[in-house]
Amino acid sequence: METLLFYLFATLSVAFGLMMIMARQAIYSAVCLIGVMFCLAGLFALLSAHLIAALQILVYAGAVMVLFVFVIMLLNLREKAGLRSVGDMATQLFFVVVLGVLFVPLIASYDAPSATKLAEGFGSTAGVGTLLYTDYILPFEIVSVLLLAALVGAVALAKTRMR
Amino acid sequence: MESALAANQFLALSAILFVIGVAGVLTRRNVIVVMMSIELMLNAGNLVFITFSHYLNDMSGHVFVFMVMAVAAAEAAVGLAIALAMFKNRETVDVDEVNLMKG
Repeated sequence: METLLFYLFATLSVAFGLMMIMARQAIYSAVCLIGVMFCLAGLFALLSAHLIAALQILVYAGAVMVLFVFVIMLLNLREKAGLRSVGDMATQLFFVVVLGVLFVPLIASYDAPSATKLAEGFGSTAGVGTLLYTDYILPFEIVSVLLLAALVGAVALAKTRMR
Repeated sequence: MESALAANQFLALSAILFVIGVAGVLTRRNVIVVMMSIELMLNAGNLVFITFSHYLNDMSGHVFVFMVMAVAAAEAAVGLAIALAMFKNRETVDVDEVNLMKG
């Protein structure tokens, strides 16, 4: 069952990912990316990261992608979202294939630890929350400042009229 | 939950998704699609964090993914604001045409 779900989500996420970078229009790319996010949320749930799976859908598919779709609609591009010229693209795709051929087997052959018995409440909201508010309280506060800075920065950037 | 799956399967999937993201950044010219490819790469990284978190039985990886999500949201907000400003001033979102900083 788990293996079946893994291969379902894995195939779907790779297919959506490929469709995302090949779609002619940005809005189709956005929809495909939302598909990837949902598949990854399923994989996170398979790895018993239940809180992160929920956050993946709420934050990524819910908030970040809505922002992307808003901007795509706001820009209302008439020109096609083009690819680079054929010569450029051939060189780049060559490097990507080389990277893929070298990188993927390297990662896949890594001698990873095998599954152990998970602690009680692994990946639950209470477990992650406790960790977040004890061991990682300083990074947590810094992230909140970062989000505030990004908020102010985004408003300032989108509002000003530069020349 | 005892998993019948090996960590390497998740790692391989994550590597494939990351390479797809790299391909997107390199081949596309629309700045919004480039940023979406970056989001894909960040998600591939998140999958590695969650995988090792599960197989090492250590929840620190979950906290780290939480931080990555917050940073990605901040990056998307600022990046899209820059894309908007770029479109307002130059009437384009083509990353090849914006070469103000080119030496």
